[in-house]
Amino acid sequence: MSLLAVHDLAVARGGIRAVEGVSFTLDAGEALILRGPNGIGKTTLLRCVAGLQLAVDGRIEMAEDSVAYAAHADGLKAALTVTENLRFWAQIFGGGNVEQALTAMDLTALADRPAAALSAGQKRRLGLARLMVTGRPLWVLDEPTVSLDAASVERFAALVRAHLAGGGAALMATHIDLGLGEARVLDLTPYRARPGRPPGRPAGFNEAFA
Amino acid sequence: MSIWEYANPVKFMRVSGAALPWLAIAAAVCTLGGIAWGFLTPEDYKQGSTVKIVFLHVPAAMMAINIWVMMLIASLIWLIRRHHVSALAAKAAAPVGAVMTLIALATGAIWGQPMWGTWWEWDPRLTSFLILLLFYIGYIALWSAIEDPDSAADLTGVLCLVGSVFALLSRYAVLFWNQGLHQGASLSVAPGERMSEVYRYPLYVSMLGFLLLFLVLVLVRTRTEIRRRRLAALQAREMRA
Amino acid sequence: MIALLKRDLALATRAGGGFGLAVAFFLILCALVPFGVGPETSALRPIAPGILWVGALLSCLLSLDRIFALDHEDGSLDLLATAPIPLEAVTALKALAHWITTGLPLVVAAPVFGILLHLPGQATGWLIVSLLIGTPALSMLGAFGAAITVGLRRGGLLLSLLVLPLYIPTLIFGTEIIRRGAEGGDPTTPILFLAGITAGVMALVPFAAAAALRVNLR
Repeated sequence: MSLLAVHDLAVARGGIRAVEGVSFTLDAGEALILRGPNGIGKTTLLRCVAGLQLAVDGRIEMAEDSVAYAAHADGLKAALTVTENLRFWAQIFGGGNVEQALTAMDLTALADRPAAALSAGQKRRLGLARLMVTGRPLWVLDEPTVSLDAASVERFAALVRAHLAGGGAALMATHIDLGLGEARVLDLTPYRARPGRPPGRPAGFNEAFA
Repeated sequence: MSIWEYANPVKFMRVSGAALPWLAIAAAVCTLGGIAWGFLTPEDYKQGSTVKIVFLHVPAAMMAINIWVMMLIASLIWLIRRHHVSALAAKAAAPVGAVMTLIALATGAIWGQPMWGTWWEWDPRLTSFLILLLFYIGYIALWSAIEDPDSAADLTGVLCLVGSVFALLSRYAVLFWNQGLHQGASLSVAPGERMSEVYRYPLYVSMLGFLLLFLVLVLVRTRTEIRRRRLAALQAREMRA
Repeated sequence: MIALLKRDLALATRAGGGFGLAVAFFLILCALVPFGVGPETSALRPIAPGILWVGALLSCLLSLDRIFALDHEDGSLDLLATAPIPLEAVTALKALAHWITTGLPLVVAAPVFGILLHLPGQATGWLIVSLLIGTPALSMLGAFGAAITVGLRRGGLLLSLLVLPLYIPTLIFGTEIIRRGAEGGDPTTPILFLAGITAGVMALVPFAAAAALRVNLR
């Protein structure tokens, strides 16, 4: 049973198609890593899958409310404590064990600290702990290991592995080696959109008048 | 053959390019002709020569409202059918509408001074035009503030929609407010049936002239916008290649 | 959904949340007016309803950009958009939180400031009623303006420019209630109009605000 199926997807950045013709499926227990040079449209593609942005062309098939999205910003409030931050997202997404997530990302000792007092790496870990409390099967992660040290990257890999073992799936964009040997890798370079007037609907103003 | 074909930028550029010179000539003839004819009319027995400003004031006021309606329609077409030219036409029309509103307000003040003895009166009609000007300013400011043209088109479209509702609401709220304060201040001069034919015909010509003038300005501005987008697209392509 | 409301209230009342600033601004505004128009009751009384309403309106404006800008900066808005709560509900809840932290304190403070401006005693009740009915619309319309300008670096001034014209009908009917109340007249008609505007705004504007947010998130 595939959690995510992407057919012939085209996404646009700045009103011009970035990548086109991307197709892949992601089954339960699988991880897929997107690679490609800066600016090719990895972030845009992930945002399309997360439903934050509309695709220009193609189809994205998945169950409703199955995506947990994490990007460069962690969505943390400096004035709230670690536990409060996490509990808020657990309540919003309806479920999830806060204590368990704190333990998994080694944040128990910091539970009552305000998020403002955390270091960049600790904030990142809290941001990733948030994924656990959403209780959603499909994790869409944009550069998840930014500002993590080696030990934390390992912990993150273990977290993803546990998620996969529990029937989840993960779609990631990253440049570094996560130590997830079992993950598939999709290089987006061959899918770079070709210039010239594409058939169908223009992606934006720039393309409409090119 | 459907009207939507003109939403295609290439087709739009071709047709508008061919029509523009003729429209411009017609606009110049009607506007200047209407105003000149207006100046040759006899003086009003009550208002004297001041009545002649009507040939500038009424067409400008008419266009001020109609241009907003045109922007609303263009915004709706953009939001529903995603025709890019339509969004750019709405953008192009806004400054023209704002200037028309300003002309209506300024000529109104100049007319009002000798007639009512005051430059400005918080009459419902005057106040409504002032509010309309505020909406125009907000709309133009939003267009110029957003860099991404796609977001700008969507957001200004939504603003135009909400703004239209509130402009209408303000129109009637102002009516309520003014009557609540002091009643029976009927200062407006209703054009049309009360006017004698001597004034009516030049007024019609002048109105037609303003309409044509608006068309010419919007077409020129829309063409400029399309060319600007084309330039931006070429630059973006070049940077990415 | 209660969690979102609770969080916004907590954030507003904790350090750096700016709670109470609006009321302080309102106080300063009401204190400045007599310096401008003179201390006589005859000068202050007729303009008191208008000053109080314009003051409430401007105070409300101060904190509008915080409704979405902070959540946009730290990525919370992205996460809220992917949450099971519809974005329309998010905008309505955030407007409600803004009203509780800004509008409600203004309603409570207004009678006191009414004394400063020599508002007649029998009008105080109508002042509270009009603000209570009208300020929710101010917050919701403000949330719409904030949603439109959320992605802009210097959206604050633009926000005021977009939102203030939308406040005109509310202002007109709000002051009319107090004016009629002060003269001992019957303010039922403006109350109904004001309530109608607020109800319409609450029902429809969340959709426009959510649409604007979606555009700004992509």
